[in-house]
Amino acid sequence: MLAYTFRRLLLATPILLGVALVCFMLVHLAPGDPLVSVMPPDASEALREQLVKAYGFDKPLPVQFGLWLWHALHGDLGMSIASGRSVASEVFNAVGYSLRLAVLATVIGFMFGSLFGFVGGYFQGSWLDKLASACSAIGVSVPHYWLGMLMVIVFSSQLGWLPATGGGPMGQSAWAWDWAHLQFMVLPAITLSVIPTGIIARTVRAQVAEILAQEFIVGLRAKGLGEWGLFRHVVKNAAPTAMAVMGLQIGYLMGGSILVETVFAWPGTGLLLNSAIFQRDLPLLQGTIWVLALFFVVLNLLVDILQTLLDPRIKRG
Amino acid sequence: MNLSMLRPAAPAIAPVERSPGYWGEVFNRVCRDPIALAVAAVILALLALAVLGPWAVPGDPFTTSMFKRLKPIGTEGFPLGTDELGRDMLSRLMLGTRLSLFMGITPVVFAFFIGGAIGVVAGYFGGWLNSLIMRTVDVFYAFPSVLLAIAFSGALGAGVNNALISLTLVFVPQVARIAESVTTQVRNRDYIEAARASGAGAFTIIRSQVLGNVLGPIFVFTTGLISVSMILASGLSFLGLGVTPPEPEWGLMLNTLRTAIYTQPWVSALPGAMIFITSISFNVLADRLRAAMAVRS
Repeated sequence: MLAYTFRRLLLATPILLGVALVCFMLVHLAPGDPLVSVMPPDASEALREQLVKAYGFDKPLPVQFGLWLWHALHGDLGMSIASGRSVASEVFNAVGYSLRLAVLATVIGFMFGSLFGFVGGYFQGSWLDKLASACSAIGVSVPHYWLGMLMVIVFSSQLGWLPATGGGPMGQSAWAWDWAHLQFMVLPAITLSVIPTGIIARTVRAQVAEILAQEFIVGLRAKGLGEWGLFRHVVKNAAPTAMAVMGLQIGYLMGGSILVETVFAWPGTGLLLNSAIFQRDLPLLQGTIWVLALFFVVLNLLVDILQTLLDPRIKRG
Repeated sequence: MNLSMLRPAAPAIAPVERSPGYWGEVFNRVCRDPIALAVAAVILALLALAVLGPWAVPGDPFTTSMFKRLKPIGTEGFPLGTDELGRDMLSRLMLGTRLSLFMGITPVVFAFFIGGAIGVVAGYFGGWLNSLIMRTVDVFYAFPSVLLAIAFSGALGAGVNNALISLTLVFVPQVARIAESVTTQVRNRDYIEAARASGAGAFTIIRSQVLGNVLGPIFVFTTGLISVSMILASGLSFLGLGVTPPEPEWGLMLNTLRTAIYTQPWVSALPGAMIFITSISFNVLADRLRAAMAVRS
């Protein structure tokens, strides 16, 4: 197992390097001089030279990349151009908000997804199965930013049950686990949970259908095991895959929640990215994307290793 | 006694029917599937609207009016109300079909050709070339697709072309991965071996032997991407990264109407409904197509 874990880590290293390279290149992909966004429009040539030196743009690209990676690995992602604060601290704050939202949405998605998946897998072809399939099809193809708007329209504007936007009551910047703060999380979390619900429902349905068609099920039935006992076996066999999909969804939602976070003005990484884009704050854009991608890769790795631990039958290379 | 009654009836000679072939069979199956037909009809209607848009609109989608801003659904002369600048919503939604479908489908078409070519080459040649290509693909896979699209178009800046480039970059690795895996499956089959033994070059073998066997699965996978692409493309415009005003596009319309959800909630939700209808139609059609193609008989 240890050898396997080690091999997985080794395989992930080039990917991590590649991810860093893509993030690094983002700044150079941007049209025009990367300094344009930092400099005042009437900057003198001397100031320009000075800035080029300060940012290291005078060095060859590979050297720049090496320096950037070295600093990034030490937690220094540069300074935000718009706010002047360190990118790392801004991202760190936002990641907390995004993670809370992603985890809650995934948990909701897991509950409903498993429910729909089991119902569909057990009653294949019945109207219940069709209903569950329809729900999961809607879940994957609804534009979630629009669903968010509908949520705001119905539950905030029309019914007035929940706040529409923000990450907590006015004037409070820190997060707390009380209803005053949690109520801000309800609508975005439900909106975001629709995608994992659909994906988990599809996976679980396919799994359950496959397991029910296997011979050991016939054997257990023949031995006289009741439906509940049988159900336990199905759950046990379906669990590793379902858990793996759930784990990956957290990563997807962390990176994919930008649109939903924008709709609800939830102060996570999505909102940070949004402001980075509109203020042409490239260091902030670069840093946020790198952290999110890093999170995604590490999560993938963890899920892979945990899955092999849970289910030794799969030792994927 | 009538002897003819004892004689066994001559077996009716079945008219020789030409076998419809694999694709004919798939087509027949889809035609017998009412849900597939229904969503195909919706998609055809949308495509027709995209083509005929400028001639089919009932009103003027660009004329603004200070006095007719944000009228509700069912207003005289404005069946679906007006937007935040007093423009006719029905006309804008209809005209918006063209740009929205274009933005959603084009990247997938590009990705089909580029990603397909990369994947087939990687799968057919194997070896170091395969490793090089597939490890590069893995790097792009390490980003959630929404994040990758926003990262690229955020860096490139707003605009239709930049959005198309970003979305293509998102889908190329996905198509390449599928293309690589199906090509790897066929590359060592006997008929490829035979073609190689006959002295055919790599390009000829790919064209005459490989493509026919891999295009189907790659095509089906790619059709499944259109649904995602529609949501992502409109999402970019929704963020202000894709289409620029005053061009009508559903994602952008949803963005500009966002401020109006307290005054005219249902009018402002309309563009999203169009995105949803389009996306789910493509999703269901791709699903049904996959099911129809699943059994090779």
